[in-house]
Amino acid sequence: MSADPLSQVFSALADPTRRDIVARLAVGDATVNELAEPYDVTLQAVSKHLKVLEGAGVVTRSREGQRRPAHLDAEVFDLMTKWIERYRQQAEERYRRLDALLEAMPDEPAPKDETTGERK
Amino acid sequence: MTVTKHETEIRIDTEVPMVHIIREFDAPVEKVFRAHTDPELFAKWMGPRYLEARVDEFDSTTGGKYRYAMIADGEEYVFYGSFHEVRPGELIVQTFTWEGMPDGVSLDKLRFEELPGGRTRLVSTSLVDSFADRDAFVASGMETGVIEGYEKLDELLTTI
Repeated sequence: MSADPLSQVFSALADPTRRDIVARLAVGDATVNELAEPYDVTLQAVSKHLKVLEGAGVVTRSREGQRRPAHLDAEVFDLMTKWIERYRQQAEERYRRLDALLEAMPDEPAPKDETTGERK
Repeated sequence: MTVTKHETEIRIDTEVPMVHIIREFDAPVEKVFRAHTDPELFAKWMGPRYLEARVDEFDSTTGGKYRYAMIADGEEYVFYGSFHEVRPGELIVQTFTWEGMPDGVSLDKLRFEELPGGRTRLVSTSLVDSFADRDAFVASGMETGVIEGYEKLDELLTTI
């Protein structure tokens, strides 16, 4: 399953710090220094998190002189949205079948015939 | 009768490898619960229409077990598990395994909540033992349940 790019994205996002980083990058591109500011962690730690996000294709790095701002790849999220939505849709379809069944169900379970044990 | 649509809500847990599914029904708890515990009724809705469902075993009591197959083009997909706790109109705790991946198991909790007007909210959670398994579960497209969005990710997705 690790070859599945979407699984990689989910694994990358299983870490709360990385989700925070992604949330911040959604607002705009940022450098490692800028990303590290709000956290009580080293630049190396943030850099490591960015590498995981890069590996999952969530983030890309560009070079602007000395700066290497990280950029969020929105396409990956489009894919994830579709993936989750497909899954949600499966559950929804299942529950619509249940809706239809519930509407057709009698209020009480059919009483059992005392002599045969069969439902009437 | 007007048919109200209650869209299924899905969330991917951020703390544990869990998927939450929330859905409301225009029927009392007793009926929704019965549709989950009566094998004849269960067979009618659990699988997609294009699959034939065959229930081999279904003892929906505390300590009971179940086994059913979904059949498509002669291929059988067998699912089985145990009912760990069954409290009528309230709670079902069960395990769920696909025969093709016998080492994988999900711990499912189904909570039936009574809503005003004879309606029901069903809150289900599925827990597995690693994030990778949880993601694989979702990616497999198995008819097992659904995923949830990481809460922050959900917010994020609406903004990008």
